[in-house]
Order: sequence, then structure tokens, then C-alpha cells
Amino acid sequence: MKERLQKDFENTIRNLSLSQKDIEIKKFSLDNFINKGFPNRREEDWKFSDLYQIINKNIGELSFYNDYTSTNKVDTSVFVDGLEHNKIVFINGRIEKIDFDYEKKDQIEIIDQSEIINKFENDNSLSDLNNAFTNKSFKIVIKKGYQLSKPLIIYHTTNSKIWSKNINLRLDFDLQEDSGLRLVDLFNDSSEKNFLNIFYNFNLNENAILKNYKIDKVENKNIKYSFNNIEQNKNTISETFILSSGSNFFKSEVNCNLKGEHSSAFVNGIFSLDKNKHHEIRTIVNHLTENTKSYQLIKSVLENSSKAAYQGKIFVNSDAQKTDGYQLSKAILLNKDSEFNAKPELEIYADDVKCSHGSASGSLNEDSIFYLMSRGLNYNQARELLINGFLLDVVEKITDSEIKNLIKNMIGIKE
Amino acid sequence: MENRQKEIDKLKDYKYGFSTDIENTRAPKGLNEDVIKFISNIKKEPQWMLEFRLKAYERFKQLKEPDWQKPKYPSIDYQDLYYYSAPKSMDDKPKSLDELDPKLLETYKKLGIPLQEQARLNGIAVDAVFDSVSVATTFREELIKQGIIFCPISEAIQNHPELVKKYLGSVIPLTDHFFATLNSAVFTDGSFVYIPEGVRCPMELSTYFRINASNTGQFERTLIIADKGSYVSYLEGCTAPMRDENQLHAANVELVALDDAEIKYSTVQNWYPGDKDGKGGIYNFVTKRGLCKGKNSKISWTQVETGSAITWKYPSCILKGDNSVGEFYSIAITNNHQKADTGTKMIHLGKNTKSKIISKGISAGFSDMTYRGLVDISSKASNSNNYTQCDSLLMGNKCGAHTVPYIKNKNSESNIAHEATTSKISEEQLHYCQQRGLSAEEAVGLIVNGFCKEVLQQLPMEFAVEAQKLVGISLEGSVG
Repeated sequence: MKERLQKDFENTIRNLSLSQKDIEIKKFSLDNFINKGFPNRREEDWKFSDLYQIINKNIGELSFYNDYTSTNKVDTSVFVDGLEHNKIVFINGRIEKIDFDYEKKDQIEIIDQSEIINKFENDNSLSDLNNAFTNKSFKIVIKKGYQLSKPLIIYHTTNSKIWSKNINLRLDFDLQEDSGLRLVDLFNDSSEKNFLNIFYNFNLNENAILKNYKIDKVENKNIKYSFNNIEQNKNTISETFILSSGSNFFKSEVNCNLKGEHSSAFVNGIFSLDKNKHHEIRTIVNHLTENTKSYQLIKSVLENSSKAAYQGKIFVNSDAQKTDGYQLSKAILLNKDSEFNAKPELEIYADDVKCSHGSASGSLNEDSIFYLMSRGLNYNQARELLINGFLLDVVEKITDSEIKNLIKNMIGIKE
Repeated sequence: MENRQKEIDKLKDYKYGFSTDIENTRAPKGLNEDVIKFISNIKKEPQWMLEFRLKAYERFKQLKEPDWQKPKYPSIDYQDLYYYSAPKSMDDKPKSLDELDPKLLETYKKLGIPLQEQARLNGIAVDAVFDSVSVATTFREELIKQGIIFCPISEAIQNHPELVKKYLGSVIPLTDHFFATLNSAVFTDGSFVYIPEGVRCPMELSTYFRINASNTGQFERTLIIADKGSYVSYLEGCTAPMRDENQLHAANVELVALDDAEIKYSTVQNWYPGDKDGKGGIYNFVTKRGLCKGKNSKISWTQVETGSAITWKYPSCILKGDNSVGEFYSIAITNNHQKADTGTKMIHLGKNTKSKIISKGISAGFSDMTYRGLVDISSKASNSNNYTQCDSLLMGNKCGAHTVPYIKNKNSESNIAHEATTSKISEEQLHYCQQRGLSAEEAVGLIVNGFCKEVLQQLPMEFAVEAQKLVGISLEGSVG
């Protein structure tokens, strides 16, 4: 893999106009990745999902070079109907369209960072891979006091033109004081056997509100990794919702640093898996100062040899008195071969805190099924109804009503 | 004079902190094949036992010391330890208690275990282990009448080789991990218990461990076998003198429960925790594992961990037999600079297996406490159940309390439930108690005892009283 990486790296930087110093920095990241390789189960954070093996088994040899010189045609049929929204369109990793039609132009600034080296600091080798190979990266600044009137949907579309490719994406968001952003990541894949490696960095200044919804619903055979880093200052709120369902493998990580007082972080997620799929969500909430709050709710429904894992960590610094942290993960295993692994972790150094977590996994409640069947439903209807209610709980946590309805329609959950 | 006063003051904090001047026989310092042969030879062990040890030592040389635990410690020089230390007067082992070295008896009296009296009065059968050697076992005749074997493991190797051969290393294999393998190579003594088929052991069996000599590692090995339909309750207590250097304690405990048998294993661990600034104290790196081998068998661990500078252990149950049950009740208290990383593993292999974990952690001062546990329900363990509850209590913001559970469910017919909370003692409760005339410390003691009640209830009567007192003593000076 080493020769391949080096060759593809040479090809990638040839198309970029970088200074020698910047190339050195990128090269340093590349060397880091070559040393560490894809994460494997020997690393604590990857205990439940051995990415090295998953890539080997499902893709085999990856190619890291992407030719972004020619444009792709934007297929408008994938756009969400009946909801006015701003768009960013990625096709096969190439950014094709940025469109903030519904917003005041002077309130949003889009900075092309391609020529600025902006390293993502993380001890995870995938961030090194990302640092080495991203070739176009943007920073989106929402100006002070401005709240986007319409949500922003980022379309991650891939088509059959690519095969066995590694695609690296990177976006930065800066939400200035009192600003607000609703962001939906929508994955639409018709390609197979690619590895997408996506890094987002959010910086929330005082009173800013971020809502991020990730929707991976369309059936596909790709492998995905997404990392959200959210820096939160005073009085900020971040809300993250993850629907983890379509891809063959998907690991989403959310890292929230609650640095300012009265900031809060909410991370909720649904696994709805079938057919040998393997998904994982990992959340890390760092309570670094007084009076901060976090809440996580993860629910899984697992069928046919699918496998889900949840790793959640609440860290409370010794200065972070009056922290309120809560975490709950629940799983229904519908099939004998399905598997749910959890590692809910608390690391606490302050005494005046309220922190708890719970985790439960098991089968559908037979009593409830009996109750429903005795009222005339057949087994499948009863089962549907129970699963529906189980998942509705998480969807109801979404605070934005437009997007809540969009998601409900997408996964066919009824009220 | 001043020094003396200091000594006395020190003893107030840890009343078991005295050491006894008894002449010791020691193996040469360091770890090598010769030392292992020396131990084996002095114990007059058969050839197969020596081979067992040497095999373990070969394996040990290839193993690396683990480093994933939360409490870090300065590296231990395994060549700078004595692996065998025994009171000299034990060279010709006394036949009865009357022949024991009076100084030894006095030591045990100070510890609150008067062997002679206990031999006369009705009560508990005690096996006392001093440094590395079992010095006295009481009540032996009475137990023999029922066919129960309760003796030092070194005697069992000679008198009951067929049992030891069959079960030693069957739960903790030679190749298991660094400390367990080290123990297999150099263990010196410990208790052996065999309860024959259908026998309910009429009294509590108990072992007191005491590290006396300095620079000595204590490696004892306990093996308990409960044959079909039998029952035994076993207690273990530990103390050590106060010394400024750290001492290593790496014991192995293996339990085997056959069909319908039940083993209840209780520990009150009060090794010397080091002084207020974290100097000295015992490194308690113990491997405890129980195998529910037969159908309907049950193993229950209860532990009260108040001592040791670092406690690092996970008493585990392998639920292999169908319908078997594993339980784990734990109180861990850390104060000053103590550190603990403890919890349990419940490995469900058989059908209809059940496990329950109740863990209470209390940390105060500058201490650090981690609950780390594993619940693993394999795909064959249909209709199994686990319930886990771990609560932590923090006193002050210089200490830490952490929970790291691993939960694996591979069977859709099985259920796992896990709950954990972290909180502090509520001001209201404290106020209420103090209003009724309790001092702040007494109030904390009372509330903490209430917090731990679920676990304390699991202890046998004699231990419960001692443990309750210990809980209070361990937290002294942590309020205000």
C-alpha cells in the first residue's frame, strides 16, 4: 500500500499550487498515515470495528488519487422536494455547486482554503489521511447575528464512475456570535466499494446554534467514516442527529468540547440495519467548564446478521462543577445473528455533577406483541408498530419541525 | 523519642501497620529458573509441579507487562524482589497450634484472629498465610469428618495430587496474562478447598493473608472446587505492615463449581494503602476467576476493597453450564492517593445463564477509581440475562470516578441492562444528619454505609461488621 499511497500523493499534489512548505506539511501527514495504516481492533477506539479488515475484505486495494479536472453533471432528481433549501453538492468527492440562494449574500462568506494548509489535529490516522489528500476545502462563515432562513443541505453523491476509490472531504464552519445554522448531510450513493473519509470542524461562538442531521438511508456498498468536531463557547447549543442505515459500513464520530458556560450538546442517533451491515457511532462529550449539559440517545434495530456498536464517553473536568450529563443506548435484536456492542463510558473528576448512563439490549417484548395481537393485529403489524414507536422516540428529539417531518417521511415512521 | 511518637501517630491511621520480627528463610533475590527450583524443592514438590512452574516461567519470559489500565505505576523491577519468604521456625512444620512460634500467634492476635481461641470456640475455620507460607489451619479434623479438604495448597499438592493436577490452571491457564503467569511460576502457598459431592460446608472457611517481610512479593494461589450439589462460603482477609516502598501482591484464585454447586467468595481487602502523600502501599494485582462448569451452578463474588495503593483486579465468572448464575457485589473505596481499577467479567456461554453486577465506588481525597467490566453474551447463550448497576460517589474535585463497561450482546433472545450514576453526597442528607447531632464525619459514614448497603448485606455476619467499620475508617479525614 505504501508505494500506492506515495504515487497517488505525487499525482494529487501535482494538480495543486502549493508552496514547498505546505507540501512538506502534507507529506508529514502522509508519512504519519503510512506508519499507522488504517485503524484496527488493537486500538481501543476501534475495538468493535476493525476498519483495516473491513476495507481489506470489502474493497481490497484502494486508490487514493482522484481526477477532479472535469466537472460532473448535477443530477437534480436527488434534490429534496417540497423543502426550500440551500445546497452544496459533492459528486464523487468533487464540489460541484455551492448555492445560498435563499440567504443574504453579505452574511455568509465562503473561503476557499485549498491553498491554506489547515491541519486537522487528531490522533486518529484517518485524519492524517484526510490532511494528506484533501485538495479542495472550504470554510463557511456565518456572520454575527445572522441565522440562515432555510436549511443547508449537503448532498454527498457518488455514482458508478468511481470504484475502489478513497475520497477525502473536509469542511469548516465558523458560526459567529448569535448566528444559527441548520445543516443536513444527505448521502446518495449509486457507487460501490469506495471509502469516504469526511471531516467537519465547527466553531460555535457565543450564543450560536448548530443543528446537524446526517442521513445515510440509501442502500449502498460503500464504507464511510465521518468525524464532527464541535467547539462550543458560552451559551451555544449543538444538536446532532444521525440516521445510520444505508451503507455497508459507517462509523460516525462526534466530539463536542463544551468550553463555555451554559453550553449544551445533544447527540441522538438511530441504527436501522439489515443484511450484514456494520455501523458504529462514537460520541465524546468533554465538559470543560461549569454549568454545561449534554444528552445522548441512541437506538438500534438490528436484523439479519447486522452489527451495531455504540461508544459514548462523557468526560468531566475537575473545574466542570454542576455538569449534567446523560446517555442512553437501547437496542432491539430481531435476529439470532445480529449483534450489539456498547461501551458507555464516564470519566469524572468533579464531585458536584449529575452524570448517568444506561444501556439495554434484547429482543422485542413478547408481552407487548401478545397485547397487540390480542387486539387483532397480525404478528408483522404488531412488530412494525413496536419498532415504529421505539424509533419515534429518537426522531421526536429533533427540534426542527421541517426536518423532523422530512426524516419521518424518509424512514416511514408514523406518529 | 520523637521518632517513636511518629510511629505511634502513623499507626493510628492504619492499625495493621506493625511488622513482626521473625526470622525468615528467603530464596535468593531475583527471578530465574534456579529460584523456581528452589521454591519447588523447599516445598518438596513432585516433578509435575516443577514442570508446571517452569512451563509458566518460559511463557512469562515472552509476555509483556500490560499497560492499558488507568492507574499508572513506576515500572517494577522483577529481579529486585524476593519470591519466597517464610518464617524460619516453619522449616519443621508444627503439628499443632501449640507448637507455633509465639510471636506468630501474637501477630495474628493483633490482627484480631486469635487462632487458638478460634480453634476452641465455635466459629470459622481459618487458614493463616504469613508472607508466602500457610502457618496454621484450624478446625481441620472436624472438616475431614465430612470429607472436606481445607489445607494449604502445598500440602494438597502432596496429598491430593489427582485433584490439584486436574483443576490447577483449568480456569486461569498458564498462558493467561503477565501477572497470572508470573504467579503460576512462583506461587508459594495459599489455600486449597475441596467440597465433596452433596456436602454443605457447615462453617465459613476463611484465610488471612499477611505480608510481613519487606521487598517480598506475595504470590499465593487459591483453588476451590465444589463438587456436585455442594456449597461453600469462603472468606478472605488481607493486611500488611506499613513500609515506604511499594510491595507487589499478585495472587491467583480459581473457583470451579460443578453441577448444582454453589461457591460464595467474600473478600475484605485491607492491604496497607500507603501514607497520606501516597508513599508506599501494596500493589494488589490479583487474578480471580470462577468457572461455573456444571449445570445449575452458582458463583458469587463479594468484595470490599479499602486498602492497597493500587488495586487492579476483575473477579470474573465464566458461565459455561446451562442455567448457571454469576454474581458480583463490590464496594471499592479510595482515599488520599489510592487508585483502583476494578470490576468484573461475566462471560455467558451456556443457555439460560444469569448474571448480576452491583458495584459501588467511593472516591475521596486525590484518589482515582475506575469500574471496568465486561458482559459478553455469546451467540449460543440463549435466554440469558444480565443486570448491571454501578454507582459512584465523589467527595471533592481532586478525585476521579470513571466507568468503563464493555457490553456485548450476540444473542437476540438474551437481555442486558446496564445503569450507572455518579453523584455526590447531598447537602440535604448531611444537614439532616447533623441536625440530629451527628458530626460531619459520622454523617458521611452513615450515608456511605447506606449507599453500600446492597453489597454489605451479601457479606457473612462476622465480615459485615468489620467491613462497615472499615468503610468508616477509610473515609476519615475526607470531609471538610
